[in-house]
Amino acid sequence: MPDVQSMVAEFVNKLRKRKIEGSQATAKCTVELLRSVISHQRVPHANQAAALIDAVKAVGQQLVAANPVELAVGNVVRRVLHIIREEDLSLTTAAMAGLDLLDASDDDDIDNCKGIGYPAMSAAVVAAAARSTLRPPSLQTLLEGTPESATVPYTSSSGADSESKSKSADKSSLTRKLKHDVIEGVNQLIHEISGCHEQIAEQAIEHIHQNEVILTLGSSRTVLEFLCAAKEKKRSFRVFVAEGAPRYQGHLLAKELVARGLQTTVITDSAVFAMISRVNMVIIGAHAVMANGGVIGPVGVNMAALAAKKHAVPFVVLAGSHKLCPLYPHNPEVLLNELRSPSELLDFGEFSDCLDFGAGSGSLQVVNPTFDYVPPNLVSLFITDTGGHNPSYMYRLIADYYSADDLVM
Amino acid sequence: MGAQKKKDAARVPEDLSRQRLQAIVIADSFTTRFRPLTLERPKVLLPLVNIPMIDYTLAWLESAGIDEIFVFCCAHSLQLIDHLKKSQWCSLVRTIVSHKSTSVGDALRYIYEQQHTETSQIQGDFVLVSGDTVSNMPLAELIREHRERKKRDEKAIMTMVIKKQSSRLRIGSDQLFVAVDPLTKQLLYYNEGGEVCLDKSLVMDTSVLVCNDVQDCYIDICSPEVLSLFEDNFDYQHLRRHFVKGLLVDDIMGYKIFTHEAHSSCYASRIDNLRSYDTVSKDIIQRWTYPYVPDISFSGNRPLKLGRRGMYRASDAVQSRSADIGASTVIGYGTRIGDGGKIFNSVIGNGCSVGSNVVIQGSYIWNNVTIEDGCEIRNAIVCDGVKIRAGAVLLPGVVLSFNVVVGRDFVVPAYSKVSLLQQEIKEDSDEELECADSSKGTADLLSDVNNLQMESKASELGPDGAGYIWEVCDSVHDEEWWKHSIVPIPMDKLADITQVMDDDDIEDESVVPPRGELKSDNDSISTDANDPNDDDYCYFQREVRETFLRAVEEDNNVDHVTPLINSLRFSYNMASADCAGAIFYSMMRLAIDTPHSSTSELYRNATSIINKSKGLLGFYVKQIDEQIEVIMKFEEMCEETAELVPLFAQIVHFLYDKDVVQEDAILRWGEEKAGADESDKVYLNQCEAFIQWLKEASEEEEDEEDEEDS
Repeated sequence: MPDVQSMVAEFVNKLRKRKIEGSQATAKCTVELLRSVISHQRVPHANQAAALIDAVKAVGQQLVAANPVELAVGNVVRRVLHIIREEDLSLTTAAMAGLDLLDASDDDDIDNCKGIGYPAMSAAVVAAAARSTLRPPSLQTLLEGTPESATVPYTSSSGADSESKSKSADKSSLTRKLKHDVIEGVNQLIHEISGCHEQIAEQAIEHIHQNEVILTLGSSRTVLEFLCAAKEKKRSFRVFVAEGAPRYQGHLLAKELVARGLQTTVITDSAVFAMISRVNMVIIGAHAVMANGGVIGPVGVNMAALAAKKHAVPFVVLAGSHKLCPLYPHNPEVLLNELRSPSELLDFGEFSDCLDFGAGSGSLQVVNPTFDYVPPNLVSLFITDTGGHNPSYMYRLIADYYSADDLVM
Repeated sequence: MGAQKKKDAARVPEDLSRQRLQAIVIADSFTTRFRPLTLERPKVLLPLVNIPMIDYTLAWLESAGIDEIFVFCCAHSLQLIDHLKKSQWCSLVRTIVSHKSTSVGDALRYIYEQQHTETSQIQGDFVLVSGDTVSNMPLAELIREHRERKKRDEKAIMTMVIKKQSSRLRIGSDQLFVAVDPLTKQLLYYNEGGEVCLDKSLVMDTSVLVCNDVQDCYIDICSPEVLSLFEDNFDYQHLRRHFVKGLLVDDIMGYKIFTHEAHSSCYASRIDNLRSYDTVSKDIIQRWTYPYVPDISFSGNRPLKLGRRGMYRASDAVQSRSADIGASTVIGYGTRIGDGGKIFNSVIGNGCSVGSNVVIQGSYIWNNVTIEDGCEIRNAIVCDGVKIRAGAVLLPGVVLSFNVVVGRDFVVPAYSKVSLLQQEIKEDSDEELECADSSKGTADLLSDVNNLQMESKASELGPDGAGYIWEVCDSVHDEEWWKHSIVPIPMDKLADITQVMDDDDIEDESVVPPRGELKSDNDSISTDANDPNDDDYCYFQREVRETFLRAVEEDNNVDHVTPLINSLRFSYNMASADCAGAIFYSMMRLAIDTPHSSTSELYRNATSIINKSKGLLGFYVKQIDEQIEVIMKFEEMCEETAELVPLFAQIVHFLYDKDVVQEDAILRWGEEKAGADESDKVYLNQCEAFIQWLKEASEEEEDEEDEEDS
């Protein structure tokens, strides 16, 4: 236990000092931390899920407080909570269904499924089952779930059934099962987060066409992979990179792109509007996607989005699913920006005279925000690891990923 | 991208981890500038934008990758140790306590002694900072630089961080002069405040960088030798005044100090007076110290919410709707602000209560302060637990120490310092120590306070107040007390000081141009300002004259004066001809100023001076144009000084004899003047005979040459 606590403390410290850069890295660290929290958490006999939830929530609150600007932390914590809830639900329903089935003693079905179902049963299958049985069907689950829907309840029931048959007296095995399933689910989440770039990049070919001109702003690993994936598929296109003042991360992106053999042009942020008429598509990496479909991205993104709107250029946002935030930006607690040091804009030595020096002279204020907010009506398409989505569809994805109980932590 | 960055970040500490990084934080300034506040609380625990100063230092050191921090406590060590125990750094920090130390020197000596008793102390290079440093500078690069240099040169024992700054007034520090070798970055000269006297060899050296626009951050990377040096030289007290100077001047064992100029994007400053307290607070509010800003919890502090226009507010602060809270304001947790208040540019701590119609401007209100209705506070520091009764006014520059009570409608005079403790009558020296009082014991202090509260009628702050007003002026900084006050420098003083600074600049530039390399090879820069500004020329001429007079007084060799004149020439952007003119002018003035009874005596004076300094003049009159300039200058002087008029031809002749002026120059001058007005021809006419003679001589010469040729 002290081990976990010190890990949490260390991570909180890192978040506070802003030592971890990038949503993906932060998200990954967070899940890994939560996984060890769960695996170290002692679970009581009764109400095990609640114990896990409390533990994760407690850690989650610390993490979110440490760097409230990095929304990915909160998202991941909520995802883990959601996994716990789903696993719990599926276990209980499975147990209930198992009892029902036991009464009906439909032997054929059980025999049928035992061979395949029991050893290979993953938490995700159970989760999907729970979703399909207990949730109002969404379009996606309906479409994706149809082929499985018939078999899944059986597999799950069979698993639970055999469990309950063999070890119904032994409660501890059940607790271990919940924890095991949760950790399985968390592992899958880790896998999903680390694989999100590839998942998104796979779709590149559908969106980038021959001889197009793509504009991007700032630097994002997702965008880099996306563009390179299209390049690898022998698409030739040109990329304009707006440099993303004052951190100039666009320069780094341009360097990487050129290294991978893309035709790249660097432009100033202020030249975006002038260049937009030549551009076929704007592709941006998001810092976070809010529940209403609004986007928080590097500063200057809103300007680029408005320019794209004016010239009817599609504005595409790439975001891994860990960036989906179930909160609305109108909440004063949520729309967060970080003001960084003015030294990125000005040289302190030269300007120290203007900074509140004498009584009479005015003082110079410098504002250096990190993020921009793009309202949903300016976004044409979101590309997440599950595919392309309309901004107005975001709420639905969020409903799939998060439990309503966890929105307020 | 993120992943790559992380890799980079991981690599850097790995490089350094071969050796543990240690830091010594001196948590006592050993001065009295923050009195009377420091009588009750150590300076490093005074809140800076609601967070104790030392937390900024420790947070910075920790994130810079320091593994172990030794905090040296002296005054109020118990309070400090208590604070450190409760903080998040308790695992990182080790405290060293000594009440006997009275200076940084003593502190380092004490640490050195301790080192022998406990083996696990300072093992290698360490960072030496004071506990009031606010910075966000990355140290890894700097430490690596120091170590590499140490490997190459064993004598390089210290690296000092300096930073460019445009005005020393911002942080109320004294003027700093440093001379640095631009290639090796070795520190050659250091002077803070006081008279600047550069060594001649420094000025002579062609490639030394001399600057006065830097700030010393008091961040040093030291090798263990530094400690033993302090041990050996028991009279070293002050780190800069004694140690650095001692090393530079006395050349002990050939040890060298190097400098590192901090990158302009990072912030580093020390708080050693109230002026810098104010400035640094403002810089923090303006976020120059990012990530050590109030809306980020870097030291376990509760983060505030940042609103528009640099307004930081605690989430539970209660503020009346009619209160007007302006830009750059910080309001702490549990603070309530009443109706109609006006608060600008101020910091208000936790748990304060501010009544209605209160005006607070440019002030620092610490925790749990009660301000009743209708008070007015401008540019003041108000410490914990102070009560300001209704209608009281604090004039600019007031400092109210802990738990003072200001009576109803009382006006606290400007620049006064108020404390519950009485000022000691005797003031030994400016180095008087905070720790002297800690020996007295807190019990005594407390009983004093209690007595005072009982007999609060004796207070100097109105009938229902409590506290003694201290003498306004520090005996030491008599004439410059305003420079170190919390109040922005008053306009008239500012005007004065800029005036003085301008004068300073002019004076200084006789020795040092503001920043740049002194060069003595005069063909490297071609001056294109042919007709310089009159004012400039006057100043230049004056400077040259002063330099010349000094040289004559000291009986200096020509070689020593030329570089000085050259440096002047470059700083005023003058041509070589101007130098010649100015030098000749100085020579003649000297002749005139030497007492004399008759014109013949004057002539004798002049000739002897010309004789003595013709080498110097000769250096600048290599060209015909320059020689003509000399003659023209002489003409001008004659206009001013009638005494010289009869001597004109004689002196020109003498100059010719001494090879200062060649005949071509005189002839050309004659030709130029031939076309001038009749009034201008006075001198030409005087020289008529001489010119005639010259012409004949040259014709003869030519004839001879012709003859020889033919």
